[in-house]
Amino acid sequence: MSTENGISRRAALVKLGLLINGLVGAALAVPIVRYLLSPVIREKKTGYESWLSLGGLEQFPAGQTRLATYKNPVVNSWDGETGDIACWVRNVDNQKFQVFAINCAHLGCPVRWFAQSNLFMCPCHGGAYYQDGSRASGPPERGLFQYSYKTEGGKLLIKAGEMPTPGQPVASKAGVKTTCA
Amino acid sequence: MRLIQKVGEWFDARLQLGTPIRETAEHSVPRETASWFYVFGSAALTCFMLQLVTGILLALIYVPSAGEAWNSLQTLNHGVSLGWFIRALHGWGSNFMVAIVLIHMVQVFLFGAYKFPRELTWIVGVFLLLVTLGMAFTGQVLRFDQDAYWGLGIGASIASRVPVIGPWAVSLMLGGPIIAGATLSRFFALHVFVIPGLLLAFVGLHLLMVLKLGINEWPMPGRIVRRATYMREYHELTQKQGVPFVPEAVWKDIFFSAFILAAIAVCAIHFGPFGPSGQPDPTITQIAPRPDFFFLWLYALLSFLPPSAETPILLIGPAIGILALLILPFVAGEGEKSWRRRPIAVLTILLVVVSLGTLTHLAEHTPWSPVMDAWSGQPIPSEFLHGRTALERHGALVFQAKQCHNCHSLDNKGGQRGPALDAVALRLTEDQLIRQVIQGGGNMPAYGKNLSPAETTALVAFLETLHPANQKPARNASQALAFGANEASSR
Repeated sequence: MSTENGISRRAALVKLGLLINGLVGAALAVPIVRYLLSPVIREKKTGYESWLSLGGLEQFPAGQTRLATYKNPVVNSWDGETGDIACWVRNVDNQKFQVFAINCAHLGCPVRWFAQSNLFMCPCHGGAYYQDGSRASGPPERGLFQYSYKTEGGKLLIKAGEMPTPGQPVASKAGVKTTCA
Repeated sequence: MRLIQKVGEWFDARLQLGTPIRETAEHSVPRETASWFYVFGSAALTCFMLQLVTGILLALIYVPSAGEAWNSLQTLNHGVSLGWFIRALHGWGSNFMVAIVLIHMVQVFLFGAYKFPRELTWIVGVFLLLVTLGMAFTGQVLRFDQDAYWGLGIGASIASRVPVIGPWAVSLMLGGPIIAGATLSRFFALHVFVIPGLLLAFVGLHLLMVLKLGINEWPMPGRIVRRATYMREYHELTQKQGVPFVPEAVWKDIFFSAFILAAIAVCAIHFGPFGPSGQPDPTITQIAPRPDFFFLWLYALLSFLPPSAETPILLIGPAIGILALLILPFVAGEGEKSWRRRPIAVLTILLVVVSLGTLTHLAEHTPWSPVMDAWSGQPIPSEFLHGRTALERHGALVFQAKQCHNCHSLDNKGGQRGPALDAVALRLTEDQLIRQVIQGGGNMPAYGKNLSPAETTALVAFLETLHPANQKPARNASQALAFGANEASSR
């Protein structure tokens, strides 16, 4: 075997070795990427949202807007207080309700309800909304996000589980009422 | 002494680093670069070292868990001896690092250091700026308080606006459907492993290129950079009037670094650590989240952009800015280096500084936000009530009770979201006032459904009194013609 052949054979072995490494790397990359994308993939499969109780209807008097809190359906033991989410419940006339996300439709800051002026105001960039959640003024492009709700056994239930954002408002369409009383 | 020398020789015989280190230290640099203008790069590196050390010290106590992080910060502040000081050093070190990186960037820009052959040094520098800002943002998240929580909400809301992949980007950023434990864990991994790793790699490349290509010479007006001749000219410059980096130039770097470290320590002792503010409990809504200093300008910008332009500007603006920085050395790789002959460069810097400064200043006062407690906490000054009729005083009550004061100031008290109303009667006639109150407009909500006719009448009567004593309120001259003089004057 000539030296020249020897060199080319070793060079070929190096290439083969690199190829094997590449194959193993690609095979390893699949589970790694899947692991990294797990928040996205999981969401696609089952969805994060489920029906949650906000408590008895008597907590929400007609014509008023009250703060309600719920435990997010998907939580870990180390989530602490961050698993508790707030929302605004408006009882329009005991028949019709509106449940607004706490997050401003502009950039997600917590909006506050002012019963005196019947406005929601955002402390971050000055967005304001009317009592029905529609945009009143400021930088938001749209009204407040709304959860779909139903009343069941004297309780108010909402479908929630994911933080609403301008790119992905809660699954339901604003103002659509789903009841199965 | 002899023993130390012998030990040193023993190690050097094996490591063989003595000669290359000595050669690097004593490499020739142009004499004028031994200047106080050339100390910012090394000072930024010093800040980074301080951040590494204090960061590791904080990691001894800090718990990266959404349920416990806030408590561990309280322990650091109050339970561990001098834990507050280490936190303060890390926090102030971060502020100083961002500031010095920016100053360094302005200096090398004005001195034309990004031109041939240092294009890649500049590009790596741009990445260093980005990872430094990345460290600042992720560090703010690790201080897991209310500001961190809602700051993440803002980040997620911006990410969600990316077309098509927005919702996925949010899930990926948060590590789940909401801001929670997974979110903090991944920001911890970013802040402690990923971004520092990138930072170290970029710093290594940056320094390597500074050594290989030589420090940028002091720019002289008229000394033009040309690709064909620059290397020879620079070589001649360092040969003819060069000085060894150590000790001729380095002593200024050392002194300035010591000064910066001392300044950080003084700030840390005097001002103490940053926060944490309230617990990251999303059910607490009585808060006004604010980002850290270096993101205040963005916070202000977000409240001034018109709604329709916001998403494109938010998503495309940063990309254009970064791209402009990256292609700068290719567009202007040759030519004048001196800032005296580059007016556009100087004006660009001035424009950026004034813009960022103005936005930061505004964000410290947030004039666009209603003053949430003005209606209950800031009474109408008595001079606006003195000698008024019962109806007008009732209007003043409506003004407070319906929270007009949250957005409109009287005598510089109250909100600044809307115009000050001290002299509103000079600007608007009675009819215009009624229309504005009922229909809103010009960024004011409509109050028509929220005020009874009696309340509107009283409120407008009060607003009609808001004018200087020696100036008459605005009136609609056509009314006198339409209704007759008596009718109009009675209105």
